This record gives sequence, C-alpha cells and structure tokens, in this order.
Amino acid sequence: MRHEGINSGMSPNASTATPLLAVRGLTTAYRGLIAVSDVSIDVDQGEIVVVAGANGAGKSTLLKSVAGLERARSGAITFFGERIEAMPGHVITERGLAYVPENRRLFPGLSVSDNLRLGSYLYRKRADREAPLERVFSLFPRLKERLQQRAGTLSGGEQQMLAIGRALMTRPRLLMLDEPSQGIMPKLVDEIFAAVQSIRDTGVTILLVEQRLAESLEIANRAYVLQTGRLILSGTAAEVRDNPDVRKAYLGI
Amino acid sequence: MNETMTMAAASAAPTQRAAGARRAQLPILALVCAVTALLPLVMQDVYLQNVLILTLMYAALSQSWNILAGYCGQISLGHALYFGVGAYAASFLFAGYGITPWLGLLVGAVLSAGLALVLGYVCFGLKGHYFAIATMVIAEIGLLLVHNSELFGAALGIHWPLGADSWSSMQFARTKLPYIYLALALFVLTWLATYAIEGSRWGFWWRAIKDDPEAAESLGVEVFRSKMAAAAVSAFFTAAGGAFYAAYVAYVDPESVMSFRFSLLFALPAVLGGIGTLWGPAVGALILIPITELTRSYVGGSGSGLDLIIYGGLIMIVALVKPEGLLSLVRPGGAKA
Repeated sequence: MRHEGINSGMSPNASTATPLLAVRGLTTAYRGLIAVSDVSIDVDQGEIVVVAGANGAGKSTLLKSVAGLERARSGAITFFGERIEAMPGHVITERGLAYVPENRRLFPGLSVSDNLRLGSYLYRKRADREAPLERVFSLFPRLKERLQQRAGTLSGGEQQMLAIGRALMTRPRLLMLDEPSQGIMPKLVDEIFAAVQSIRDTGVTILLVEQRLAESLEIANRAYVLQTGRLILSGTAAEVRDNPDVRKAYLGI
Repeated sequence: MNETMTMAAASAAPTQRAAGARRAQLPILALVCAVTALLPLVMQDVYLQNVLILTLMYAALSQSWNILAGYCGQISLGHALYFGVGAYAASFLFAGYGITPWLGLLVGAVLSAGLALVLGYVCFGLKGHYFAIATMVIAEIGLLLVHNSELFGAALGIHWPLGADSWSSMQFARTKLPYIYLALALFVLTWLATYAIEGSRWGFWWRAIKDDPEAAESLGVEVFRSKMAAAAVSAFFTAAGGAFYAAYVAYVDPESVMSFRFSLLFALPAVLGGIGTLWGPAVGALILIPITELTRSYVGGSGSGLDLIIYGGLIMIVALVKPEGLLSLVRPGGAKA
C-alpha cells in the first residue's frame, strides 16, 4: 500500500503524539567499525531536523541506516508507525522515506529527465509518475531548461537540485538530505536552503545532515549533535545555537 | 492553467524525441537482415559462409552477454557455462532420446535461466571484480563436472547421429544456407529482446544499477531482483546460442563448448564495439570473428592463440583511446552531451 506523498496536505506541526520517525538505541557498524553507537532521535511531522557533527561523527551512517542501505547491529527504527530497520532500501522508499545521498550520486550517463523518471518508476500509473514533476520544476526551474542534458554535465549546484528533485519524484513523507551544500558555490547554497524550506512548507518533513551548522540552524526546528558516533547534544535550534560548546567547536564564535 | 500546459509539453517532448531516435534503429536492423539474407547468393564459398555464421552467432552471444554486463553492469566471465548448458541439453536430448533440437534448445535455455537465478542468488552479494572472478570459477567447476560425468560422455562428449537433412533435426550436411538463416534469426531475436528491454522500466532500472546501485536502491529500485532478471534473460539467450552451435557442429565435448575461451569470446565483441549499446556487440563481432577465423586458417591449429593476442591488442587500444567502444566514434553525440 502506498502513501499519499507530498500532496497529502498535512499541516506542519500537526503531530504531538508519535513522531514520524523514531530511532531508538541505534548502533551501526561501517566497514567493521562502530560508526553510530546507541543513538536515539525523533523527527516529528512537518519539522526540519538537523544532525550536525564533525567528519566521521557518524552522520551519514545514521541516514544510511534509516534508509536501509546499512544494516543496524541493534536498535529500532520506526517510520510512520512501522518498524523499518529490517526492510530493504527499496521498500523503505516505497513507504515514503526518500534519501539524497552525499555527493548526490546521480546517474551521470542518463539525461536530467531520465534521472527524474527513475525516481518515479515506483508508481505504475503514468499520472502518478508525472504529478510531482511540476513541483520539481517550480522548485528548480533550471532543471526544466536542462532536461535533455546529461546529468554529468551539470554544475555542482544543478546536480544537487537534480538529486533533490529525483528524490521528490518518489513522493516522500520524509526527505533525508546528506550534506546538500557540499561542493556548491555560495550563491546556490542559499537557493538550496530556500528550496529545503519550501519543500517542508508543502508538507514534507526534512531530516538534514549538514556541515554548515549556522545556516542550517536558521531553517531548522531542532538539532542533534553527534560526536564519534554518539549523541552529545540535542535541543531546539536556538538551544543548540546558544550552547557554548557548539559555538566554540562548530560556529567559530 | 497555461503554465501547466507548457510543463506537460516540456515533460512529454523528451520522451517523444528519445522514442524517435529509438525507432530509427528498426530500419537499420531490417537493412542488416536484408543484406545478410542476400549475401549467400553472391558469397557461395563455404569457408566464407562459415565465417558469416560464426559472426552472426557471436554477435547474438555477445548481445546476450551485453544484457547482463553492458546494461546491468554485472561483468560475467563465466558465460561459457550457460553456453555449455544449452549445447549439452540439445545434444543429450537429441542423441540420447531423438528429441528435436528445437525442444532441446528451449529446455537448455530454460534450464540455463534457472541456473543463472540460483548462481545469482549466491553471487550477487559480491561486488565488481569479486563477482567476475566468482562467475569464472563457477564456470570452471561446471566444466570439470561435465568432464567427469559419464552421463554426458565425459571427455569424449556427445556426437550427433547422422541422418537426413531436415529442419526438425536442425541437421544440414549439404548446405550451410539454413544455418545462416538460423544464426541470423538468433541474432535478430537477441537484438529485439535487448531493444525491448532498453525502452522498458527494467532497462532503466538496470542502467541505474550499473551507474550506482546504492542510489538506485534509494529511489525504490529493486536492485537484487533486477540483477536476477538480467542474469536470467542473458543466460536464456546464451544457452539458445549454445544449442544452435551444437546443432551446427553436430558434436559437443567439454572443451569445445565450455572452455574459458568462450566466456572471453562473448565479452570481447561487446567491449570492442561498445558495451551497453544496441549495436556494439554486432560491430565488435563483425571485426573480431573474421580476424579469428582468418588467423586460424593462415597460422593453422586452433590452439595457437594468435587471434587472442590480436584481440588483446585491439582491446588495449580501445581501452586507451575510446573506452566507450568503437561505436562512440560514429556517434559523437552519444559520447558527449
């Protein structure tokens, strides 16, 4: 059974009871080393939640575990009331959880339009496949201009837009983004962050991993900070921003 | 409203254009068929006709290999195993039970597809080189098993019984013409299968898996099942080619249908012509197979290996100068944006 996706029109901050995504005591090894250790996080419907931390803190492994691309050693992951930690990645995507990997991971040999189409092949009906396309074009008009170009020939920023657009074609409830600002010129970074906000405003919850903590805290509701695989801090965006250790270690203030 | 219209138009246009370029391939196939079908009328030399048959056959076999390796990105160096299954199934059923090779071909192809699913289940956890090595080792094990099995004639193999020329037994001692048409049919069928796959949802998935399996998985592509399907289709056609070859030479033994050399001969034309393309295997076979046959007849003996040295040289040049294969030379649009 498929969910209704981004057209479901659920209002932000509607939920108070159970979180959309609940990670409990997650431990995951990456290449034999424990990369995420006993981490618990919640993401509520309509939020933007940021996961911050230095390189190697386990942020990407956390997202991959949720996306079903790395297997958890222990712990539970509940998404929309369903346990997903043992599901294969493609089933998790069908449940409405989309993941934009680090470094974008496009299909460079395929055209922009084919990359987008791949995201929508979950759906059998043509109408279901084409419905999200308009939304992607209105978020990122540049993609519409470059439909026939090979994905590999796009600039870094355009590639990131395509990666996000491709994930939106699966019509997710929750969109997980891994370092969307990496390797992108500053002007486009603002554009990406603005797009993340407007995606949230259409009812898609966001879980964001970012190195640029200052900018991401500006758009986030809450944040978690990881260090060497462990959760060391969590709170509202303002609380995390005002934390003295965070200011010293990550914000350079 | 108006804006919606233009967006719909913008999204429809690319698919139509791509479909147009695709449909242009069908007349090319028709032309190739016509030329090949008429060629024997002017080319009556039996030796040259043999070269034509082998070229068509390897074009088909390389296309079959290309389905798994070129489109889905799973490089197999063990396709000789599936070739052998097809060749032995047809030979065993015909020589032992008088069952028509047409049925033998089908049985071999289905068995082979089933075998590919079993092996895929075991091997598709392996990545890249490890997968290629595993396929190679498994094919060698298959060769040894047949070598030591009395049921299949062990090292002596199976001879097809002599009989009158007929389509039902796929045996023609007087003329090579029927084999030319059979080989052509084999090539056309594998080509059409590849063509159909290329435009389908599966084709899209396979190419995505080839580019980046993890990203594909995160978009809802069933990576494991897609690989299994590609392996089964590929093995099916490879075995059909094996059955045809057995009928053509009317004899099988382990080395003559299952040696590692065959696994290479299926891969090389596609690599030379353009891996993951519709015409790459045919172009590669058109260059490589005549070279093999000519060097064989000039140097003498099939074990001299001179043809393989030439292959190696050609592949090295292609890898250095044009890694996308020779076809990318005539279609510069395909190489760039």
